[in-house]
Amino acid sequence: MKFKALGLAALGAAAMTTAAALPAAAVDKQFVPGLMYRSGPYAPNGIPFANGFSDYFRMINAKGGINGVEIEYEECDTAYNNDRGVECYERLKRPGAAAITPLSTGITYALIDRATADKIPVLSMGYGRTAGSDGTVFPYVFTLPATYWSGADVIVNYIAQKEGGYENLKGKKIALVYHDSAYGKEPIGTLEALAEKHGFSFHPFPVAHPGLEQKATWLQIGRQVRPDWTAMWGWGVMNSTAIKEAAAVGYPMDKFIGIWWSGSEQDVTPAGAQAVGYKSLNFHGTGTDFPAIQDILTLVHDAGNGTGPREEVGTVLYNRGVMNAAVITEAIRTAQGIHGEKPLTGEQIRDGFEALNITEARLADKGMAGFMEPIQITCADHEGTGRAFVQQWDGSTWEPVSEWVEPNREGLLRPMIEEAAAAYAAEKGITPRTCN
Amino acid sequence: MLYREAGQFKTSYGADQAIFPIRQDQIAIALMAAIAVLAVPALASEYFLETIFVPFLVFAMAALGLNILTGYCGQLSLGTGGFMACGAFFSYKLTVAFPELHIIIVFLLAGLGTAGVGVLFGLPSLRIKGFYLAVATLAAQFFLVWMFNKFDWWTNYSSSGVISAPPRELIPGIFITGNQADPVTKYLFLLGFVAVLALVAKNLVRSRIGRTWMAIRDMDIAAEIIGIRPLWAKLSAFAVSSFYIGISGALWAFVYTGSVEALAFEINRSFQVLFMIIIGGLGSILGSFLGAAFIVLLPILLNNGMLAIDPTISTALVSHIEFMIFGALIIFFLIVEPHGLARLWQIAKEKLRLWPFPY
Repeated sequence: MKFKALGLAALGAAAMTTAAALPAAAVDKQFVPGLMYRSGPYAPNGIPFANGFSDYFRMINAKGGINGVEIEYEECDTAYNNDRGVECYERLKRPGAAAITPLSTGITYALIDRATADKIPVLSMGYGRTAGSDGTVFPYVFTLPATYWSGADVIVNYIAQKEGGYENLKGKKIALVYHDSAYGKEPIGTLEALAEKHGFSFHPFPVAHPGLEQKATWLQIGRQVRPDWTAMWGWGVMNSTAIKEAAAVGYPMDKFIGIWWSGSEQDVTPAGAQAVGYKSLNFHGTGTDFPAIQDILTLVHDAGNGTGPREEVGTVLYNRGVMNAAVITEAIRTAQGIHGEKPLTGEQIRDGFEALNITEARLADKGMAGFMEPIQITCADHEGTGRAFVQQWDGSTWEPVSEWVEPNREGLLRPMIEEAAAAYAAEKGITPRTCN
Repeated sequence: MLYREAGQFKTSYGADQAIFPIRQDQIAIALMAAIAVLAVPALASEYFLETIFVPFLVFAMAALGLNILTGYCGQLSLGTGGFMACGAFFSYKLTVAFPELHIIIVFLLAGLGTAGVGVLFGLPSLRIKGFYLAVATLAAQFFLVWMFNKFDWWTNYSSSGVISAPPRELIPGIFITGNQADPVTKYLFLLGFVAVLALVAKNLVRSRIGRTWMAIRDMDIAAEIIGIRPLWAKLSAFAVSSFYIGISGALWAFVYTGSVEALAFEINRSFQVLFMIIIGGLGSILGSFLGAAFIVLLPILLNNGMLAIDPTISTALVSHIEFMIFGALIIFFLIVEPHGLARLWQIAKEKLRLWPFPY
């Protein structure tokens, strides 16, 4: 037995040294790491995102790369687990890594310090540490196109539109059902501030991971508090459970708005017909009616090269993966304009992120006109517009039901972000850089 | 033949009571220490240090703590995650409130604070035993994590409930936390810290107090009759155990991940540490290290090993195979040696002493 154990250990050790020796791969390609999750409790939501992310790079490579530089994409499975995320980051990091995609607010928090020290940009697209959008304190963190604080404000602004103005929010009740983790807690501060400003009462309801147990929460919401509107910061199985429980207590679905991570096909399909009318935010198009998505279908899937099943293409989370990859691609392209058309280091690509200006014309070139909004990043502001729109589930597709809703960034969110970033800088002993 | 203590005479009580009385063991330990201090930092890559050696040492500390309580004193506990959270949040509050306090003192104070919490939650152990006690410690687990999650004060009103380790120096200019910290410094600091505390633990369990713990574990009524006070023995085990676990939680937050939310210390963490001591060996200091190595390193090893064999394999498949092999190996080791890896090593040692003429 002992020898067996020894043999196993030796085998493992041998395997490991080769694994460590391996990543010294091709130098003429631009390396992009991806921290995804295809296992664990959140895998059903993580898989389509990961497939979209990977497929987009395959499509770019099929077209000959970015200015001739091909993308070398490597993935590591975090299972949405913070310490595994750190392990994955350490495994995939190298000076030539374009950007880190943590795909979890908790992992983003754990990686900000490390990635900053290693000079690799972190793109937490629509998640992560909101204060990270202050580029003076977080030079390596990018939160475009929107943060959770913007998301919370967009939801309140949308509610105000529906109620006929901010003055009608006075005396209203707004509840928040949230995943009791770093992710779900991000919007609370904003909603509290907004409650004070607009005079509505705010009722937070934490839901413990993974979120299968919500009976008591929804009884309280549906029978006792009876909020006029309910917002949700949920992920994975928590979303569909919440929709089912909301339906069970008869909560009106069109008064129930999820953040962009609570509005995918995976969330509403298990609830069946009960989910019809449920709303959520989004910041990109769904479906396959975009030239870039058509390119993925023809160049990647028709070539038998798709990462996942073909029917997944065009779903909300798949398209979000595509958008994330497209933003990284655009940052690499911008960086190539500054530093030359060759594989670049993370530090050089950071300059690309900071100079990012995806105009309407550029979007049309990329085949993404109407898919997403133009984005412009500056040295101080790493978020962009923070705008999002509301979509509604009609039983088979997500239909946009609002225009782009603007958050009140100047005068409300931006000072909050700067204050939070300053507190972080003080705690860490960072001197903020000056932007001009 | 090589491993035989014939001819090694002890001439003093001190020599007879040494932790490693056999010369071969002493040489082996000296060699291992030399490798750990000299060879590992020189040869291991940053990836190995940051994601393998550092978490291994942090978990070894937690396993040591739980082994004192469960392995030596026989009190089953599922509160490990909660106590780790105590250590992490206590040291965060301490170091933020008193930045000039040396980080090692902060860790020790956080450990002491956790020991206090441990004693509090250990009180029911005077009345309830076995699985019922496990349920009582489960209350500690849920209560503590809930408390750190619920009250913003613990995180200095961070918007998301995440604490992040501020940079702190071991000696001026040498950082061991924060992003300026070098992986080698972190590793050497942890190695020294864990080695010293493991030595203390080893001596504790060999001393009078350790023997009272084992007497309580083996039969508490008999222990009481021969004059051991269960109150004192059980609560001291809870205190010492929580002290170690608290420090390991602080090290987790400050040295390993660098930022942590209360959710990182949920019930799964308690199970993970409990599995470590069950697989490593209950009532064995060495077992705590072996168990931590098994549970922390093996999944990463399997994952990397599979990718080394076939780099094109999908990450989902790798994760799923990793779970399957890992589960199978746990069952395999438990069947082969229910008393853990430490016992396996003990058997190997006995066989080695007789080799090549076994009888």
